[in-house]
Amino acid sequence: MFDYTFHWRSAFKALPDMLAGAWVTLETAALSMLLGTLIALLLTVMRQMQHPLPRHFANTWVSIARNTPSLFQIYILYFGLGSFGLHVSSWVALLAGITFNNAGYLAENFRGGLKAVPDTQMRAARSLGMSAFQAYRMIIIPQLLRIVFYPLSNQMVWAVLMTSLGVIVGLNNDLTGVTQDFNVKTFRTFEYFALAAVLYYLIAKTIVLVARLMAWRLFRY
Amino acid sequence: MIEIDNVYKSFADLEVIKGVSLTVNKGEVVSIIGGSGSGKSTLLMCINGLEPIQKGSIRVDGTEVHAPGTDLNKLRQKIGIVFQQWNAFPHLTVLENVMLAPRKVLGKSKEEAEALAVKQLTHVGLGDKLKVFPSKLSGGQQQRMAIARALAMSPDYMLFDEATSALDPQLVGEVLDTMRLLAEEGMTMILVTHEIRFARDVSDRVAFFRNGLVHEIGSPDQVIGNPQKPETADFLKSVL
Repeated sequence: MFDYTFHWRSAFKALPDMLAGAWVTLETAALSMLLGTLIALLLTVMRQMQHPLPRHFANTWVSIARNTPSLFQIYILYFGLGSFGLHVSSWVALLAGITFNNAGYLAENFRGGLKAVPDTQMRAARSLGMSAFQAYRMIIIPQLLRIVFYPLSNQMVWAVLMTSLGVIVGLNNDLTGVTQDFNVKTFRTFEYFALAAVLYYLIAKTIVLVARLMAWRLFRY
Repeated sequence: MIEIDNVYKSFADLEVIKGVSLTVNKGEVVSIIGGSGSGKSTLLMCINGLEPIQKGSIRVDGTEVHAPGTDLNKLRQKIGIVFQQWNAFPHLTVLENVMLAPRKVLGKSKEEAEALAVKQLTHVGLGDKLKVFPSKLSGGQQQRMAIARALAMSPDYMLFDEATSALDPQLVGEVLDTMRLLAEEGMTMILVTHEIRFARDVSDRVAFFRNGLVHEIGSPDQVIGNPQKPETADFLKSVL
């Protein structure tokens, strides 16, 4: 009944190509985090605003990003925009999809983090003559960063794993795309995907480890 | 000179200050006493524009605090305030806490700001805690750091909002000593306080607040020693 013979050798021969794919994966995830964090900060500010328009816009963004499958988010960006004549490459669709998702989750984290910094810190900063911007930059944001640091590193791991969805819009040079190409050519599904899974695992673990080291270095108090 | 003229202040529907007038002259130490909810702390927040007012006016050296064109950041540079919950910046060392505003707000060089901070911290007895983070300090030490932080801006006025209320009893003395030192050096101060004996010692005038109004004001010997109004006497009896 179980007469499958493992062929690891061919999988290991593909390792250099897969590592190159892993690098694309990591780059894409890192870029989506960078953009996602910036947009999340913007969304956080918009959600604090008096004017209802930016507030509703930001709330809608966060709500959709957090309550729909990330698969659909990427799908809609690729095929949905395509049907309106707006054609983007698979990679751009993937990047935009993950960034959209990251921004939504991170904005929610930032909001929680902002609540965790006492209002009195702002008062104390302003009472010393700092402008609101200075107070945010030098007093509030540094404390906020510490609070959201671990959620941020979690999201980075999540972003790496989400890049594997690129394959559904035809991305073929990231880790999953490369693996899928080998799979189609050789039908060694288990070997290739097992190897890819190990690589994903190692990337994720490395991110967590690097985050720990950074936290230890950054947050001295 | 701080001139408070017929000020009204509400939070939503709750009116906490109902027409307060009070003038504090240069070099004067004025204490504000009274029960909680009488509007004492709120008045301090209004003086440096941290809280808006609904009616009346507050002028500091002739500058209308709540006028639309007033540069509050500039005004606040000469009004130091010390809060009940000392509000140390937890992510900065003691030295950095005190250096920050002189550097970033007054634009002093790093060396200048550091010298200034060291001087003020030594002044309040924290010269040996420069590299320490606030979390490692006692409440009294954090509050003295907060005083040094305010003083590093070389303010003309110092406002103390129940600066010792959140401290353990054995730590109150060290903070009061620091405040006394300032008073003796001629700093213009407004103290909102529950330390009645201290208020009597250091103040030139004492104001008793009740229901958002100045109920009685005068020399410490009069207001605390020989109150003219029965409510003042009742309050003093309840806290002394």
